[in-house]
Amino acid sequence: MAKLNLERTHLPKQKPEERVKNFNEVALGFTEDLAVKEAERCLQCPKHPCIDGCPVNNDIPGFIKAIKERNFVEAVRVLKKTNALPGICGRVCPQEKQCEAVCTLAKKNAPIAIGALERFVADWARAHPDMVPKDEIAPPTGKKVAVVGSGPAGLTCAADLAKMGHRVTIFDALHYAGGVLMYGIPEFRLPKQIVQEEVDYVASLGVEIRLDTVIGRMVTVDELLQKYDAVFLGTGAGLPMFLNIPGENLNGIYSANEFLTRINLMKAYLFPEYDTPVKKGKRVAVIGGGNVAMDAARCAKRIGYEEVYVVYRRGKAEMPARAEEVENAEEEGIIFKFLTNPKRFIGDEKGWVKAMECYEMMLGEPDASGRRKPIPKPNSEFTMEVDAVIVALGTSPNPLVSSTTPGLETTKHGTLVTDEKTGKTKKDRVWAGGDAVTGSATVISAMGAGKRAAKDIDAWLRGR
Amino acid sequence: MHQNEKSCSCSREAIWPECKFQIVRKERLAQNINLWEVTAPLIAERAQAGQFVMVRIHEKGERIPLTLADWDKSKGTITLVFMEIGKTTKQMGLLKECDCVPDLIGPLGAPTHVEKFGTVVCVGGGVGVAPAFAVARAMKSAGNKVINIMGARTKDLLFWENKMRSVSDELIVTTDDGSYGRKGVVTEPLKEVLEREKVNLVFAVGPAIMMKFCAATTKPFNVKTVVSLNPIMVDGTGMCGCCRVTVGGETKFACVHGPDFDGHLVDWNEFMARQRIYLEEEKLSLQLWENQMKGVQ
Ligand SMILES: Cc1cc2nc3c(=O)[nH]c(=O)nc-3n(C[C@H](O)[C@H](O)[C@H](O)COP(=O)(O)OP(=O)(O)OC[C@H]3O[C@@H](n4cnc5c(N)ncnc54)[C@H](O)[C@@H]3O)c2cc1C
Ligand SMILES: Cc1cc2nc3c(=O)[nH]c(=O)nc-3n(C[C@H](O)[C@H](O)[C@H](O)COP(=O)(O)OP(=O)(O)OC[C@H]3O[C@@H](n4cnc5c(N)ncnc54)[C@H](O)[C@@H]3O)c2cc1C
Ligand code: SF4
Ligand code: FES
Repeated sequence: MAKLNLERTHLPKQKPEERVKNFNEVALGFTEDLAVKEAERCLQCPKHPCIDGCPVNNDIPGFIKAIKERNFVEAVRVLKKTNALPGICGRVCPQEKQCEAVCTLAKKNAPIAIGALERFVADWARAHPDMVPKDEIAPPTGKKVAVVGSGPAGLTCAADLAKMGHRVTIFDALHYAGGVLMYGIPEFRLPKQIVQEEVDYVASLGVEIRLDTVIGRMVTVDELLQKYDAVFLGTGAGLPMFLNIPGENLNGIYSANEFLTRINLMKAYLFPEYDTPVKKGKRVAVIGGGNVAMDAARCAKRIGYEEVYVVYRRGKAEMPARAEEVENAEEEGIIFKFLTNPKRFIGDEKGWVKAMECYEMMLGEPDASGRRKPIPKPNSEFTMEVDAVIVALGTSPNPLVSSTTPGLETTKHGTLVTDEKTGKTKKDRVWAGGDAVTGSATVISAMGAGKRAAKDIDAWLRGR
Repeated sequence: MHQNEKSCSCSREAIWPECKFQIVRKERLAQNINLWEVTAPLIAERAQAGQFVMVRIHEKGERIPLTLADWDKSKGTITLVFMEIGKTTKQMGLLKECDCVPDLIGPLGAPTHVEKFGTVVCVGGGVGVAPAFAVARAMKSAGNKVINIMGARTKDLLFWENKMRSVSDELIVTTDDGSYGRKGVVTEPLKEVLEREKVNLVFAVGPAIMMKFCAATTKPFNVKTVVSLNPIMVDGTGMCGCCRVTVGGETKFACVHGPDFDGHLVDWNEFMARQRIYLEEEKLSLQLWENQMKGVQ
């Protein structure tokens, strides 16, 4: 066995005091030397737990070995075999809970920086387009597949099907492809240029991308089925949830989706150069404890809010956000208020939010999710002054497609019912995957679902 | 992707390779009210009264909602009528016939519920006359007796009187200053009609304040009143929650649950406050742009 090197190579980052003033990427990425140095630590474990920890089973030791040998072309080839969107995954996957969590070196508290290496390979490929090996595309099958939604689920499914020789068209409601990658996750974590280039890569496989097309309004799924042999639904979970407490529709209270869409998709951080505005105030409270809350809080800081609070009803340990992003947020001066939950919002005479009445919370018995249930402490109400609030409680699937598609079964949460292994819905010739099926989850799980569905659709198309 | 036969040299094609939706006809209907007839066959195919589209005119532009005023399935065109008020609509006013719009998304929103109600009064205020026309026409073809009331501040702002008349059993025109038709606001004739005969439904579209007062006028008569709300929107597909309005104590998203709602249940104060969220930013945006335009000249 190779000698253990427990010195994990850290990703260089922009300094907190600098980065809160811009929307440039926070983490700067490995240089070739740093990447090689980190790759050299990998033990090339014969049982490779990292591969099993990856939802799309990237050949992690394979591409790391190629990096170590400075054969970056080979590293790209190995990675692209399973992952059409490595630049995205390398940046936003929760590696600490997946591949890095099960890495042999994790036991020594020094797992290989798999995410950073993946990102390195993707960035290297983008910088050396002429050296990247072309993908093999199977001979045309003459079959046509419609993919609804251009988020990670749809893009992955489309890329795989195209490589298998099918003709694929992606439809998306928005004016850019990428789904949450484009409208939700901020530029400083995932530059839009990278999303665009990975979308262009999917298009380069022969996938047609039709934007500005709302399925369920402009064309129904049943109509798609008249023209296409199969349909994959990767419509995500875009419907924002609210607290349903008094005062929630006051001016200055945003859903995280609205706040982030204004900033990321519409580039409101560049207003007035870009036409879509976003309110800039002094004190903002972000309600929630997930990645979305972290993103909203960090965007708020960057557009000029002086005091940014994250108000979360459980404790720090229970926060669903990625550890790395919580740490980044703390470094940037975001103030966390744990065990706190709003009771109502208070407005001024012109209809603007000016304060928020909150409860202090305590944790009771574990609930259905296995986490201890937060309960308001009696008579613990206190008031926080704010001039904006961002509600980041999560999202559920938009009912536009399910409500206009007879035969599509949904759960009581509005998610689509599918066969877990194949993504097949109860409706003939229709598959689904990603957040539309699971509710808000992760990029990589959406990609995994896209891949499984692509495999099943391919098998079915060939059997026909 | 020009479905249109008319030969033209679209100057924007170079800037917008994906140039898609062509303005085949532009008409100035009144002082600051423009009409666009745009090639959009898929939208025309599906269009129903009460629905809207989202428009984005350039890379740095906002997405703004505009109601479908008319459409022609055979020609594959839709008609939009818009009032120049801020930067986006003023920039739209500068586009010419043959120019193209990169993004036109629709038809969005739930169509207006149309059936044979009996007697229907449609009230259109200002630029709201355009969407009122589409609804009045649908109500008429469903076999209703349709009384239309259209109002404007002054004579120069009136348009589509003849079009409106063609779908009216009776048409009442008002101007605030009395320069044409009846002097006064639309709620006065509305009240008279309600006093005069049995009305089964009132539909109102126009400025928020007008819709609010229409609803207040019909309330004592207990006549169901549908209003077409125009809150600020971003995506228009139910994703952002910006367009939320309180109706009957419940939060609704105007872009998917509406834009039509029961006017007697709308929280008008909240609605009108939310329309003003970006007043300062809109003013700044317009001012900067106008200064820039002056610099250019
Ligand atoms: C702010 C934020 C931060 C996040 N951070 C992370 C992170 O750091 N790491 C991570 O792994 N995950 C993160 N996630 C979660 C992750 O982004 C999602 O799980 C993932 O994007 C889901 O992919 P999807 O393909 O299922 O759907 P989406 O990405 O939601 O894409 C769905 C697409 O379908 C389109 N669509 C919907 N309805 C229609 C229709 N009727 N017609 C046509 N098109 C339609 C939408 O416009 C959209 O483009 C984050 C999510 C958010 C909101
Ligand atoms: C469903 C719906 C249908 C509409 N139909 C028409 C129509 O047929 N004809 C027409 O002239 N106008 C219509 N409007 C209003 C139109 O969208 C606004 O006039 C337009 O957005 C103004 O943009 P601006 O940049 O020129 O003005 P701005 O200076 O940005 O704003 C002026 C005012 O317009 C409203 N507004 C601003 N941005 C938006 C936005 N993104 N969405 C909605 N309202 C906004 C606000 O109340 C604001 O105070 C409709 C609005 C909605 C919601
Ligand atoms: S588990 Fe860790 S050390 Fe082992 S092969 Fe995978 S990345 Fe390398
Ligand atoms: S405009 Fe975004 S939800 Fe209605």
